[in-house]
Amino acid sequence: MEVPILKQGHYLIASIQSALTDADLSQLREALIERVGRFRARGVIVDVTALDVMDSFAVRTLRDIAHMARLRGAETVIVGIQPEVAFAMVQLGLTLKGVSTALDLEEGLAFLDRQAQLRSERGSGRIDRG
Amino acid sequence: MADELLIPIAADVDVVTARQRGRDLAAEAGFSSGDQTVIAAAISEIARNILTYAKRGEVALSVVANGDRQGIVVVARDQGPGIRDVSRALEDGYSTSGGLGLGLPGARRLMDDFDVSSSVGKGTTVTMKKWRRVNA
Repeated sequence: MEVPILKQGHYLIASIQSALTDADLSQLREALIERVGRFRARGVIVDVTALDVMDSFAVRTLRDIAHMARLRGAETVIVGIQPEVAFAMVQLGLTLKGVSTALDLEEGLAFLDRQAQLRSERGSGRIDRG
Repeated sequence: MADELLIPIAADVDVVTARQRGRDLAAEAGFSSGDQTVIAAAISEIARNILTYAKRGEVALSVVANGDRQGIVVVARDQGPGIRDVSRALEDGYSTSGGLGLGLPGARRLMDDFDVSSSVGKGTTVTMKKWRRVNA
């Protein structure tokens, strides 16, 4: 099942609606990375509120999305990880290290706005954070 | 032993089916929603291992009672290449497939009982259980 990707200003919002297969997750990764370029997006939000399980493949794919988007100049934030899902992830040893997270969509947007503000205060468009 | 629910694993969509069936069964057996998620995550890992290493196999789900405990039993079987070194495969970060190497050890942490029997060239069976106390 394809994940709808909305464009809102400089941001892309991927809102996962139902359980995803590995192929669906890989497709989401390709689509997001392509659209970061096509829409010159500065931020990506992946909303996982509807996911009732995150296993190692899902976490690896989200991490890849965040790292690839950053290489393309966009900041990613994962929003909506449910409490039970967070518990199981920690038990599995899955950390999402190096990936920004926020409680929900609203917090995610606020996070990206703050990042954008920091960038403009620094005076340069895109920053290289390695 | 209660009825066994058998889910053939041959494609990535079967991994989703297996973990959803596992969650449903855990819910029916009275597990908390936290435990349902834990069970579903563990099933997802071992079902994906079948796909990755053996291409096909099956996951069997059942509910058992043991005194004042009720348990959900997950058995994942395949006739794949088998695991050469089971104790290494249970170490965090060890993978022969380029994955994170957290599937087997992670599933073991999520469940209460965990057993792997494997013979090279013949296949692998992972049996795992999660228990909950039933008030008399």
